[in-house]
Amino acid sequence: MSFLRNLINGISLGSVYAIIALGYTMVYGIAKMLNFAHGDVIMVGAYVVFVAMSNTMPAVPAVLLSIVICTGLGILIERIAYRPLRNASSPLAVLITAIGVSYLLQNLALLIFGSNPKSFASVVNVPDLKLAGGKLTITGETIVTIVASLVIVFALTAFINKTKPGQAMVAVSEDQGAAKLMGINVNGTIALTFAIGSGLAAIAGVLLCSAYPQLTPYTGSMPGIKAFVAAVFGGIGSIPGAMIGGILLGVIEIFGKAYISSQMADAIVFAVLIIVLLVKPTGILGRQIQEKV
Amino acid sequence: MKKGLSKTTRSNIGTFLIVIIAYIVCEILLATGTMSSGLEGLLVPCCYYIILSVALNLVVGYLGELSLGHAGFMCVGAFSSAFFTRAVQNIITNQTVRFILAILIGAAVAALFGFLIGIPVLRLKGDYLAIVTLAFGEIIKNLVNVMYIGRDSSGWHISLKDQISLHLAADGEMILSGPQGIGRIPKESSFTAGFILVLITLFIVMRLTNSRDGRAIMSIRDNRIAAESIGINITKYKLMAFTVSAALAGVGGVLYAHNLATLTATSKNFGYNMSIMFLVYVVLGGIGSLRGSVIAPVVLNLLLDFFLRQIQLIGDNPVIGFISDNRMLIYAIVLIAVMLVTWNPTMREKRAALFSKSRRGEAE
Amino acid sequence: MAAMLEVKNLGISFGGLRAVNEFSISIDKGELYGLIGPNGAGKTTVFNLLTGVYKPDTGVIMLDGKDITGRKTIEISKAGIARTFQNIRLFGGMSVKDNVKAAMHNHFVYSPMAGLFHTSSYRNAEAAMDGKAMELLKVFELEKDADLMAVSLPYGQQRRLEIARALATEPKLLLLDEPAAGMNPQETEELMDMIRFVRKKFDMTILLIEHDMKLVSGICEELTVLNFGEILAQGKTSEVLKNPDVITAYLGE
Repeated sequence: MSFLRNLINGISLGSVYAIIALGYTMVYGIAKMLNFAHGDVIMVGAYVVFVAMSNTMPAVPAVLLSIVICTGLGILIERIAYRPLRNASSPLAVLITAIGVSYLLQNLALLIFGSNPKSFASVVNVPDLKLAGGKLTITGETIVTIVASLVIVFALTAFINKTKPGQAMVAVSEDQGAAKLMGINVNGTIALTFAIGSGLAAIAGVLLCSAYPQLTPYTGSMPGIKAFVAAVFGGIGSIPGAMIGGILLGVIEIFGKAYISSQMADAIVFAVLIIVLLVKPTGILGRQIQEKV
Repeated sequence: MKKGLSKTTRSNIGTFLIVIIAYIVCEILLATGTMSSGLEGLLVPCCYYIILSVALNLVVGYLGELSLGHAGFMCVGAFSSAFFTRAVQNIITNQTVRFILAILIGAAVAALFGFLIGIPVLRLKGDYLAIVTLAFGEIIKNLVNVMYIGRDSSGWHISLKDQISLHLAADGEMILSGPQGIGRIPKESSFTAGFILVLITLFIVMRLTNSRDGRAIMSIRDNRIAAESIGINITKYKLMAFTVSAALAGVGGVLYAHNLATLTATSKNFGYNMSIMFLVYVVLGGIGSLRGSVIAPVVLNLLLDFFLRQIQLIGDNPVIGFISDNRMLIYAIVLIAVMLVTWNPTMREKRAALFSKSRRGEAE
Repeated sequence: MAAMLEVKNLGISFGGLRAVNEFSISIDKGELYGLIGPNGAGKTTVFNLLTGVYKPDTGVIMLDGKDITGRKTIEISKAGIARTFQNIRLFGGMSVKDNVKAAMHNHFVYSPMAGLFHTSSYRNAEAAMDGKAMELLKVFELEKDADLMAVSLPYGQQRRLEIARALATEPKLLLLDEPAAGMNPQETEELMDMIRFVRKKFDMTILLIEHDMKLVSGICEELTVLNFGEILAQGKTSEVLKNPDVITAYLGE
């Protein structure tokens, strides 16, 4: 029974990773950059909900507000910090700037909210599911998290395959120059990608803090990095890959904690990254990109 | 201008002079008792921050890759050397000899880790490399925290579980005790030792970058495909830069470890936030500028502290108070601003044009 | 006499597309050979095959009697093929002189320790490299700019520096990928003189890709015309340029 419980916890945590990883994988696929600050947008999203609900706002509008604010934040970050460096001679430039943005968000949160953890009230209002005569409990948070991640993946896939802006994203990820020549608004498409990714980060933040109700300025950074590992694991640029990678990583982390060593859980997650990159650098569903000479 | 010396050589000599003068000034201040004990305590940290910045600059500025795992290499150097010092404490009693050996061991073990992690990782580029080195640093920190090593009359005992499972005899002693780390480390780091290590670090990086190997490393940074086309072994030189950098980071770790009584690995000292701090030094000092990597840690730790304190003494200034309380926030803003100003392609072109014009004018 | 470069039935496919098919060429030592063709004909792909950037699916590449088919770029560089790139690939953050010295990497070797302690082997090698680099830069009229950053050179000089860098590897065969691209007529004229001079001075075998017909007809003895990855015509420059297929495919506007 403990195996099942761990499995469900793993899938639940993995679903959060998957939602975060979707943001990474979309931005990486389309803007070709690792948005290091993505994890910290999660934290911002959680703080927005925390503040809104502390001021007696109900859960659903609070979450919607958080999504709106994070979406705006994502667009703002891209516009101010990343776009000017998109054609920089060194690929390091935008990466280092992203690290700076991550640092900035953390320290702004530290300034506003202090370093003491805030206890986050769960936004989920779904009853726990008791199975096997009460031996196995699936919390409402777990159910909502898993359902939310599935809905998001399907919605996102449909968006990309069926809508014009979605197809523009595919075009920009394939070849920015050609997309531009085809009359696609490249800047707008990249901004949209950041907007969606950041909106998803808000959802991930809320779900993460509902399951693990400790909110600090650093809440987002470790899950953010792990979600990037998940995105790499699943194959960067691939939406189903992010989902699979996220869930696998969540399960590996929880199992590692339970059966190997609780202190080594992070090390195990990161070892997965190194092994994946050694064995199959393109990840489970990724494809090789050839450099032009 | 001295004849026969290239611009880089002159600049390198200048950097050396800055370090030496700074050392002499500090020593005079120490001898005359002018320096507060708070500042005095920052001297050795400044030295290992400089060593780490210079080491990281070799990777970022010369190899053109980003490592977020230098705190990890520092950790490896710190623990391996402190372990050595504790292990041979009663065998090698000459402090200087023991410390020199500790430095060599810290450097060698960190280099080994740099090499081992470099083999798989250096096939990757940019973002991946950054995240994998970050992962490496976290793994190292985690590993150190679950290792228990002790010895007694029957020999060494190692466990990954806890102290009790070592089954030490009554005469046994713990050397590494998981999260409690390594205790009772003799304080062998000194400002002079740090100063000498800074000079050696600078010497190694300057000589390396001005050699055939250095040109190979920089050619990879500037254009990997062209570097390959002129017969440069990309993997070999990436590994070389990475390994040397890791070894130097290890030396910084040795200095760090022997400046403390008890060495532990926490996310504060060896987490990736520390690696990012080194990156801040490198970027604010100037990517690829060794002099900048020397100056930035000193300014951001020592001088800033000193001046902020002086200003606060004159009168309570809310702006200064805010700056000194939220230093990291200011660093982050400055980091972003520096990157946007110096790496924005349009700004860069303008500056390159200006630079080339003024140089041309000089030549004619 | 055996040819410097002997290529037989070279071919490569990307996905379903046959980018280069049955490409054969024979270039004698000291010859200046042109490879022309419309955009997308596969010219640069041929260079990438010759320099090991891509591995050919079929065919054999012989350099000076040695089989170099399928070797890695670095081995091919050591075997004696050097190249320039259509979109200039200099080491922008290094000085002009260091760009050239970097290319002597495999000819002047000393250990890292020698570099660390400036032993006599370091000093001798560096002095020899400096001398040779300045000599090469003089050929390309870049000696005054030796200490400038490569990135700050004007476009035309960057192209010349790239050729100087390629020559510094002491190649047996020099591949030039559109050396005159983006140059004005006067610069092109100067470049042609330099290519002729280099060929004579170093007794160099040169294969060049070119769009500029004036440059091709002015200096190449023989031509191969590529179209859709296949050889359309091959032979003496004057004859090839008269070939009606070539005129319709390439010259006929």
